[in-house]
Amino acid sequence: MHVVVFTRSTPDTAAKVEVDANGQVTWGDAATVVNPWDEYSLEEAILQAQNNGGKSTVIAIGTEMHNDALKHSLAMGLDAAIRVWDDALEGTDSLAWATVAAAAVNKLGDVDLVIFGKESVDVGTDQHNYQTARKLGWPMLSYVAQILEVDYDAKTIKVERMLEQGRQIVTSKLPAVISVMKDINEPRYPSFIGIRKASKAEIPVWSLADLGVDLPATHTSTPTFKNLPKVDIQVEIMQGDIDEQVATLVDRLLEEKVL
Amino acid sequence: MDTMDFELTEEQRMYQRALRDFCEAELKPYAAEVDESGELRWEAINKMPQLGLTGLQVPEEYGGADLDTISLAIAMEELGRACGSTALSLAAHNGLCCGPIVRWGTDAQKERYLPQLTSGKVLGSLALTEPGAGSDLANSVQTSAVKEGDSWIIDGAKAWITNPKYAPVIITLVRTDKQAGTKGFSMLLVEPEHVEGLEIHHPEKKMGLKGSPTQMLSYDEVRVPLDALLGEEGQGFYQTMQTLDGGRISIGALSVGLAQAAFEAGVQYAKQRRTFGKPIADHQAIQWMIADAATEIDAARLMVYRAAWLRDHEKPFSKQAAMAKLMASEVAERVARNAIQIHGGYGYSREFPVERIYRDTRLMTIGEGTSEILRLVIARRTLEAFD
Repeated sequence: MHVVVFTRSTPDTAAKVEVDANGQVTWGDAATVVNPWDEYSLEEAILQAQNNGGKSTVIAIGTEMHNDALKHSLAMGLDAAIRVWDDALEGTDSLAWATVAAAAVNKLGDVDLVIFGKESVDVGTDQHNYQTARKLGWPMLSYVAQILEVDYDAKTIKVERMLEQGRQIVTSKLPAVISVMKDINEPRYPSFIGIRKASKAEIPVWSLADLGVDLPATHTSTPTFKNLPKVDIQVEIMQGDIDEQVATLVDRLLEEKVL
Repeated sequence: MDTMDFELTEEQRMYQRALRDFCEAELKPYAAEVDESGELRWEAINKMPQLGLTGLQVPEEYGGADLDTISLAIAMEELGRACGSTALSLAAHNGLCCGPIVRWGTDAQKERYLPQLTSGKVLGSLALTEPGAGSDLANSVQTSAVKEGDSWIIDGAKAWITNPKYAPVIITLVRTDKQAGTKGFSMLLVEPEHVEGLEIHHPEKKMGLKGSPTQMLSYDEVRVPLDALLGEEGQGFYQTMQTLDGGRISIGALSVGLAQAAFEAGVQYAKQRRTFGKPIADHQAIQWMIADAATEIDAARLMVYRAAWLRDHEKPFSKQAAMAKLMASEVAERVARNAIQIHGGYGYSREFPVERIYRDTRLMTIGEGTSEILRLVIARRTLEAFD
C-alpha cells in the first residue's frame, strides 16, 4: 500500500503577522514550521505505512521554503519526499493547487490513501483538500478523528468523523482522501537517525511538465490585505470585598452596554 | 580552500530545531515543578533515546546517537535552556558515565552497560569527589581498593555525586596503589543493585538544580569482580582528567543554555513592563544590561563551539574547554543576576523562572572544575607557551 500526505512550511504560530506599507503580508524573520495540523497527518501516514507494510510519501507544492517541512517529515519517518514547483504556479489559487496535487498523486500511480491535516494554519483554509479529492475523483472523508478499520486488499476504510453535531461513522471505498483532526494520534518527535538521513536527502522537484498538467484559469484573487483594527484594551482591577467587586463589575458592564 | 565556517551544518540545525521543540514541550513547562519536588520528569527522559539525548556520543550499536561534539553542545544548551536540573543529570550521565565506558570499556563492559544506559530508563553516575577531596583529587582521595582473590574490595566515601539513585552503575575513582601518586588511581564499575556495603545517602539539600539528585556514598568493604576495572590499573587519575576536559564542554554549553533562558525571560519582561510611561526596555539602564548579555552569551557560545570543534578534529582542546567553561559559567551567573534585576521585585519571586535559573547557574562555576581551578589550568598552559 502507498499513502501520500501533503504538507507545507508555515510561519511559526507565535509569529506576528502584519500587512506592511506595500500591502504585502509579512511575518518578519519568524522561523517557519511544518503546518501544525500536518503533524497529525504525517504521523498517521507513518503509522499506516508501518502497520500495513507499505510506503509513505510526503509532497509539498511550493518554493524552496517548503523543503524545511519536507525534511522535517523525513526526519519523523516518512519514506520519501517530493516537491512540486513551477514558476507558472506563482499567484494561482487553490483550484490550481488541487489540480497539481491530483496530478502528482496520479503520477505516483499506486496510491491508496491521501491524508491532509485539517487545514493550513497560515491561510486558515481547507478547500484544497476537497478540491484535490474532486480532481482525483475519490471519496473525501473530512475531520477524521479515528481510523476504525482499513483493509488495503479489500480497498475499504471505516472512519469516525468529528462533526459539530457529534461523531459519525463512515465506511468508504479506497482509494480515498481524508483530513484528520488532533484526536487521531500523538505526533512523534523526529529521531536523530531520521534527522541524519533527512539532512542528507536530495528532494526531487517535479515541474508542471513532469506532471503533464495544464493549469486551470485562476478564479479567485485577493484585491487587498488589511491589518486587523487595533483594539485598545483598558485594565481595571475592581477594589473592595467580593460583593463590592461584583457590584462594580455589573455597573461597568451596564455602562458599557454589555448587559 | 580551507575556510572558517560559523554556520551549523544542516544536520546540526535540524537537530537543534527538534531538540528545541522537544524541550519546550516536555521539559520547560515542568522545570519549576522539578525544582520544587526534587524529582526529575521521567516521562520526558523515557522519550529521550529517540533524540539521542541518553547516548549523545555512544555508538549507534549500543543505542546511542554517536554525535559530534558540537551537536552535543547544542543538546546541552537546549536542555539547559529548558530545565537546569534535567540538563545537569544528562550532562553527568553522558559525559561522566557513558563517556568513560565508551572510551575505555572492554567489549563485554560496553555490552553490559551501554544498552541499559541509553535506554532512557536510568541515568549513569561517576564518583570522584570526596568529603575531603574536590579540586585536589591527586593528594586527597582516600577511597581505596585492594585486590583480594577474584575481587576488588572498596572502602571509603564519596560526596556531591550526581545521579547515584538512578544509576545501574557508578564509576568509582579509587586509589589502588597508595605509593604511586597520580599513577596509583583506577576506575571501578560498581553496580549498586549487585553489591553489598554500598550506602547511597539521601539527596543533599541544595541551593539550585534541586531536581538533579546529588548524594553521598559510603563504601564499606564493597566487593566487585576484578573485571570491574575500567581501563588500565593505575590510569584512573589520567582518565579522570580527560573525562573532565570533555565534561567542561558540556557544562559550558549547559551554562550557555541557562544564560539564554534568563536572557529571553529578561528581554520579554523588559518589553512588557512599563515605567515612566514606556516599556522599561526603552530605558538605557535596561538596554545596557540587554546588550551586555547578548554580547557575552554570543562570546560564550562561540567559545564552547570552538572547544567542541577542536575536540572533533582531534586537536588539543583542554585549555579551550577550560576557557569556555570559565567564561560560560560566569556569564550565566551575571546574565541571570541581571535578568532578576530587570524583573525587580518579581524577579525575586518563585513565580518567575529567573529566580530558579539564577540559583541553577551558581553551581556552574563550581562543578567539574571550579573557576579557580580552571584559571589555574589556563594560566599554566598559557605560561608554558612562553617558556
